[in-house]
Amino acid sequence: MRVGVFICHCGNNIAGTIDVARVAEETRKIPGVVYATTYMYTCSEPGQEEIKEAIKREGLDRVVVAACSPRMHEMTFRRTVEKAGLNRYFFEMANIREHISWVGEDKEFNTRKAIDVVRMAVAKVMQNRPLFSSSFKINKRVLVMGGGVAGMQAALDCADGGLEVVIVEKSQSIGGMMARLDKTFPTIDCSICILGPKMVDVAQHEKIKLYAYSEIDEIKGYVGNYQVKIRKKATYVDWSKCTGCGACMEKCPSKNAYDYFNFGVAPTKAINIPFPQAIPKKAKIDPNYCRQFTKGKCGVCAKICPTKAIDYEMKDEIITEEVGAIIVATGYSLIDMDMLPEYGGGRYPDVISGIQYERLLNASGPTAGHIERPSDHEEPKTIVFVSCAGSRDKSIGIPYCSNFCCMYIAKQAILTKDHISDSQSYVFYMDIRSPGKGYDEFTRRAQEEYGVHYIRGRVSRIYPKGKKLVVRGADTLLGTQVEIEADLVVLATAVISNKDAAYMAEKLHISYDTFGFYVESHPKLRPVETNTSGVFLAGACQGPKDIPASVGQGSAAASKILALFSGETLESDPAVARVNINACVGCLKCVKTCPFGAIKEKELRDGRVVADVIETVCAGCGVCTSTCPCGAIQLQHFTDNQILAEVNALCLI
Amino acid sequence: MSDIAPKELKIVGFLCNWCSYGGADTAGVSRFKQPPDLRIIRVPCSGRIDPLFVVKALLNGADGVLVSGCHPRDCHYSDGNFYARRRLEMLKRLLPFLGIDDKRFHYTWISASEGQRWQQTVTAFVKRIHELGPLNLKEEKQS
Repeated sequence: MRVGVFICHCGNNIAGTIDVARVAEETRKIPGVVYATTYMYTCSEPGQEEIKEAIKREGLDRVVVAACSPRMHEMTFRRTVEKAGLNRYFFEMANIREHISWVGEDKEFNTRKAIDVVRMAVAKVMQNRPLFSSSFKINKRVLVMGGGVAGMQAALDCADGGLEVVIVEKSQSIGGMMARLDKTFPTIDCSICILGPKMVDVAQHEKIKLYAYSEIDEIKGYVGNYQVKIRKKATYVDWSKCTGCGACMEKCPSKNAYDYFNFGVAPTKAINIPFPQAIPKKAKIDPNYCRQFTKGKCGVCAKICPTKAIDYEMKDEIITEEVGAIIVATGYSLIDMDMLPEYGGGRYPDVISGIQYERLLNASGPTAGHIERPSDHEEPKTIVFVSCAGSRDKSIGIPYCSNFCCMYIAKQAILTKDHISDSQSYVFYMDIRSPGKGYDEFTRRAQEEYGVHYIRGRVSRIYPKGKKLVVRGADTLLGTQVEIEADLVVLATAVISNKDAAYMAEKLHISYDTFGFYVESHPKLRPVETNTSGVFLAGACQGPKDIPASVGQGSAAASKILALFSGETLESDPAVARVNINACVGCLKCVKTCPFGAIKEKELRDGRVVADVIETVCAGCGVCTSTCPCGAIQLQHFTDNQILAEVNALCLI
Repeated sequence: MSDIAPKELKIVGFLCNWCSYGGADTAGVSRFKQPPDLRIIRVPCSGRIDPLFVVKALLNGADGVLVSGCHPRDCHYSDGNFYARRRLEMLKRLLPFLGIDDKRFHYTWISASEGQRWQQTVTAFVKRIHELGPLNLKEEKQS
């Protein structure tokens, strides 16, 4: 066996704290290693050329690159060795950057550690076997989870690219958070006017199938071949008959239902259509408030409905869709104002959240666009905006910035002046974060043109005084205490992940961070991919982001899928489990433990029963390998021998 | 490394590719300094770890073994880490019968975003192994 080892300087990243020349020198002493060298940047084009040339010149049949993490460049170098004629699995990486040079301070210790790690990689690569991938057919349909602006953009781009798309939206209508906004920054464009046509496009696109008021029950399968169970929740209205005329909503006697669309700014009817531009524009009954459900009698809507669409007996319906890729665009939530007792959120009716204020500003909102105090319906004259209400606050477990509040506060302050010309707005802020195009100019406009008073400091307390609310805070620029008697207080409540984010992640086999936001494959270079092939991210489910960023991600996710589906087949990963039928005793423990149902029993010609792996279904976890009592089923590329070779290379010296 | 003895001990880490190996990478990218004793072996899933790997390492000369996988319910392979948890907990209880202090073996869960937690885990584990000193199987059996 002729192993070649290439040790990367990575500029100073590695060579700065590891004596790479000594690592090469020590490596040459390892039996089997015939060539070891160092290179400034192994991943560069000349660096890869050097590997290819060395393979030919030195007759290498195995290659080890000691450089960064294999999570970074394993694929790069696999392709390199393949171009030089070796099987791509005759390659191993020794991670001497992330795990050594960047975390250890002592050069001597680091060098010794690097030598050990290279020795382990050499031991592994000498155990490697050539593996070959096979191709499998794919189903070129796409599931988009979430019909907000990110999901809609992704769906439209996929559909325009010729793919069939299934959108599953949790609520009654698509549109998401953007449909609730009155205007958008920094152009003060009307939000629904730019979103509405997109919503209609989604509804009318022949390649898009929309399931509104539906949830994902189960996801099975793998990239190219997913089976998704969708639960169409009971709306108690037959949507094939409902014309969206709204007569039921008008006559419904139950007037105190919670309005999810308007974030509870005002109550709504138990049967309702959330907003005039809703897609689909269909009514839905809320059984928590409907008298037919709570009291057992009413039936007004059933009587009034001209198309007899009301069905109180309706049950949830389960539908199975087959898709090949999934875009997760499930969006975000906002913290409950109860989490901010010092601001009186939830206790004082005139302390409201930014999204609630947005609904007050909106012409299709509960006040028809007139700004009113929720307590006495009077027009407020002094309005205080509190930014970072929960955001950047470690004490409540939200250390991150919610990204878009600074901008929407500026927008809302400008709109306030437009609505009530003799009003005065104040903004308490920690920092004004306006890094987007035209954003900083916009916040300046709020201050200079609209006379919004910006106070740098945090609010310590809000308490009622007669009809007013006293907002007490600090002005850190002047070094004084400030007290403002406000008519209305708007809190820019922090963005959080959805309550069921972790639950969905589990179904999708994707990871999430401490805060429940989904984790992308690489923070810089793979921002819409997940570590699960076939599952992509778009929008704020990955982290707080504004509309242009969400739309951009939606399109990016769609382009990734269009590229993935550009052929008829996909290549399977050959690092899957393989059964040695001579060693298999047919206990079938592996069948029971496999998380993917990838192992089936098979009867041989002599009647003996053994385990058999379905290669395309096997995800390569290796749970079966450590279950097998006789070592008959081995996960390729991570066999017992390969792992023990690494253990022994380290321990037995 | 003032609190670490001048010679490093031999500590093997088995890390799952998706969470903990990524967490160790994140720690590296963030330059969270760690003691130099640990050598990491990458496996696809903590469920791939045969408890015998750990035993083999300890019998062959390792002074400590650290295993880390995805958090329960956050496994890339849906429930590989649940299998790992059962096996490794079993192993932990079995080690004293082999004459090995079970403090020399630790398993934990670290996600790809928890670089700092990885640093803390490694530092604490390495410190613990240094307190126990090199593993001398004959001596440990007698005591």
